Amino acid sequence: MQIDQPEGGDVNAAAVDSAALRARDSEERRKQVRDDWSACLTALAESRDKSEFARLFSHFAPRVKSYILRLGMPEASAEEITQEAMLLVWRKAHLFNRAKASASTWIFTLARNQSIDRMRRDKMPLYELPEEEPDPDERDMNEHGVLEDRMRAAIETLPENQAQVLHLSYYEGKSHSEIADQLGIPLGSVKSRLRLAFSKLKAHWGEEE
Amino acid sequence: MKISHHFDDATLMAYSAGTLPQGMALLVACHLHWCPHCRERMHATDAVGGALLEQLPPSNLQADAFEQLLARLDEPEQELSTSAPEADSNQELPTPLAQLLDKPLDELPWKRIGYGVKQLDLHLNGPGAARLLRISPGVSVPHHTHGGNELTLILKGSYNDELGRFCQGDVADLDGEVSHQPLVDTDEECICLIATDAPLKFSGLVGRLVQPFIGL
Repeated sequence: MQIDQPEGGDVNAAAVDSAALRARDSEERRKQVRDDWSACLTALAESRDKSEFARLFSHFAPRVKSYILRLGMPEASAEEITQEAMLLVWRKAHLFNRAKASASTWIFTLARNQSIDRMRRDKMPLYELPEEEPDPDERDMNEHGVLEDRMRAAIETLPENQAQVLHLSYYEGKSHSEIADQLGIPLGSVKSRLRLAFSKLKAHWGEEE
Repeated sequence: MKISHHFDDATLMAYSAGTLPQGMALLVACHLHWCPHCRERMHATDAVGGALLEQLPPSNLQADAFEQLLARLDEPEQELSTSAPEADSNQELPTPLAQLLDKPLDELPWKRIGYGVKQLDLHLNGPGAARLLRISPGVSVPHHTHGGNELTLILKGSYNDELGRFCQGDVADLDGEVSHQPLVDTDEECICLIATDAPLKFSGLVGRLVQPFIGL
């Protein structure tokens, strides 16, 4: 008994430790995966290595296509726009700045812009924003990737009605008025659900401060 | 530039999601050009899209999709840099707008739409519209509400209304529930970019009379 006791304690402590370790591991793994893709994209700009590009393609192209299909594009166009977006990934890799965004966010914006171009016959010019100057008042940009992981986890915890408007907006390309019509709720409610969702996500985004 | 009025989160989210009509997207881009604070916020609204992209189940691509693309990698780039017109004539304007206008502000075909108010329709694709308004000192725009959303960016000068004082770089981000009557309260004219996603509704007799002419 007296011999068992400390052992039992150790076992419990070990169990707690390993749970914490597992949680940390999965956090680590996610961070590593995210770092991997951002590192891969950064390396691509230097190396112009097509096998590196092949890795990025196999991860992102099928997801980009899913995104474009959800925007309501027919299969053939979705395939084409995916190709165009991935070609831009290759060509513009030198513009990717992992301090500003993760690889998935950067590729999302390229795919979004390609889709906008396609949907509007009369092209919307794509606006190049000025380079970010270091501003002590703004958040440290180097943390964007980490914060994005938290955001991803936070999206999964949003209440259904907030997750719904987020998906309709970002992934079905619906304007706020269209969402209001579709759900039969006032425009103001659509916006306030989006604001609520974003303020929760932002809390994770800003957690590091 | 000291900017004190910014976009609603919902507006930046729509910009990141790519669902704003052209005029509103132009206006958002103009403010972003001037406002590091909103650029930082936009990184967060873009990141929502990036996070959702990772959550999507992958779709099947054509079997030879990567080979097709490989064949194009070494192609010379065509018109990747769509030569944007030089914006020299309008250096005081934010770049996205300056690139759209082909002449200095004073040489553009402004239309007089009432006492002390001139308008220039940018003729972008709807829904809604985008226009420049040029309001003389001491003049106020008729009281109006909005069917949908109205974004205003002050390009020059300032105005005052029920919501506060708006100076160069500030945006007013209004929805249908707000009624306002901007008044130019300095001796400098006020030039602003206004983008809507539905027609404005004027209240009061003067507003109703003026609406058909303004076509707002």
